[in-house]
Amino acid sequence: MLLAQDLCHSYCNENGEEMMALDHVNLKIDAGEFVAIIGRNGSGKSTLAKHLNALLAPSGGACLVAGMDTRIVSHLWDIRQMVGMVFQNPDNQIVASIVEEDVAFGPENLGLPPAEIVKRVEESLRLVGMTDYRLHGPHLLSGGQKQRVAIAGVLAMHPRCLVLDEPTAMLDPVGREEVLESVCRLHREEGITVVYITHFMEEAVAAGRVVVMDAGHIILDGPPEVVFNRVEEIRALGLDVPIAADIAARLRSGGRVLAEGIITDEGLARALCP
Amino acid sequence: MSIALSGVFYTYMPGTPYSREALRGIDLIIEPGEFIGIIGHTGSGKSTLVQHLNGLLRPTKGVVKVDGNDLHAKGAEKKRVRQRVGMVFQYPEHQLFEESVFDDVAFGPRNLGLTADEVSQRVESALERVGLPASDYATRSPFRLSGGQMRRVAIAGVIALQPEYLVLDEPSAGLDPRGRDEIYEQILQLYHSSGMAVVLVTHNMEDVARLAKRLLVMNRGRIEFDGKPTDLFRDETIPLHEFGISLPSVTSLIRTLRARGLTVDDTLLDPGEVAGAIEVALGQKRIGSC
Repeated sequence: MLLAQDLCHSYCNENGEEMMALDHVNLKIDAGEFVAIIGRNGSGKSTLAKHLNALLAPSGGACLVAGMDTRIVSHLWDIRQMVGMVFQNPDNQIVASIVEEDVAFGPENLGLPPAEIVKRVEESLRLVGMTDYRLHGPHLLSGGQKQRVAIAGVLAMHPRCLVLDEPTAMLDPVGREEVLESVCRLHREEGITVVYITHFMEEAVAAGRVVVMDAGHIILDGPPEVVFNRVEEIRALGLDVPIAADIAARLRSGGRVLAEGIITDEGLARALCP
Repeated sequence: MSIALSGVFYTYMPGTPYSREALRGIDLIIEPGEFIGIIGHTGSGKSTLVQHLNGLLRPTKGVVKVDGNDLHAKGAEKKRVRQRVGMVFQYPEHQLFEESVFDDVAFGPRNLGLTADEVSQRVESALERVGLPASDYATRSPFRLSGGQMRRVAIAGVIALQPEYLVLDEPSAGLDPRGRDEIYEQILQLYHSSGMAVVLVTHNMEDVARLAKRLLVMNRGRIEFDGKPTDLFRDETIPLHEFGISLPSVTSLIRTLRARGLTVDDTLLDPGEVAGAIEVALGQKRIGSC
């Protein structure tokens, strides 16, 4: 579905030095995967995300979306329809003054017949659990609700892949839960491929695969049970692990024998009190 | 000496179809030297409330007094009051604009009409306090620093005004875990070394539980809870979810363990202490079951 081959992205800083935001990144994401990307600020996560729907073009290597090269201009429309992006700030992504009109914005621009637009809007709002709010003004919604409307707007384009760049950074804990739950459901029930960038390690646990980036490179790539088991390594990268993995590591270093790969509260509770 | 709000109401766009009551009867006293956390869902009134603390918003009804002076009385010296209450907004690094770190931090003090010596003294001490020593950072461009460092420069710009109260609105939003730890560590050090009162608005339950001595929970423009963090998070009758907040993840882990019969103190927040308490609880359980 998504393929980065020796993908490089370089830019010039203000001193004219060449900097590499992405340095020969190789990554293959299959259709139907749920991949979380974590890494420090400036590690290249967002740059990578922008390559995945051709908002940026590679300065070296290639990025392929369903086999289409993002460098070829005639593919751009198809690529962007196939890969939908959701950004950090919901307020920057909402354009209309009524929820359903906002969701309709994309399909309207595809020139679809009105009946099809109505169908897509209804279906998209249902998928994120916002049907009851379809006639509301977006400015009266909570942060989590607004972000779900933004996701619905992307879904109405019938993408096969969703790329979310820190979609919960500005939300309260309940809003974060709502958004993550919606994304998990879309992945589970609709089979949508998800690429989810986050600084919240508890969210990364929900993914089937965690990719860790540092200084433009992919450092670790594996299931969350494996990645978050490497507590020291993750910490050295300036990241964190879920609290259950942290406590499990402390108990192990105190001499307790515990299975590897404990990353959830329930997992730790089961291991301690079988 | 305190910030005192009594019966404060605030309505956005009154008299229009968009009219919205953001604060509905706030009574609050903030004493010097306090460390207060404010939490609540988006739109609960947190940011509206803090913008009243230095007179950026004028209450629709009610009175705000800083050190006894009514902020909105005729002839009130708003400028002097604003100096006492320093405000760090969300994403403060967006407000950086000067060519060097020194000039950016110096902007406020220069506007106070201080002498050049006093200005550089304040800038140096402010940079020192946020962990960016002037000797290393003063001449650098603020735009070439990391996100966390830029944010600390912005905070230095506010503390160079030597406020008695420092209000921070979501200082860790968008930072990676290390950046988050660094910024909170700096805030804590600043608090201990300066004696400033700190008011921290955040969605980050772990840090607020660890740092704040007093916690306010806002909901629909009212203060629903005012007390110690441990009292809030251990009281299972408080509908946290309805208030848009959650347990700190460590507390939620302890609850899960307790539900499986492992008696671990649910006021612990430090992971090391929690691990210790788990060993103790496991030991007792073994003795009990023998």
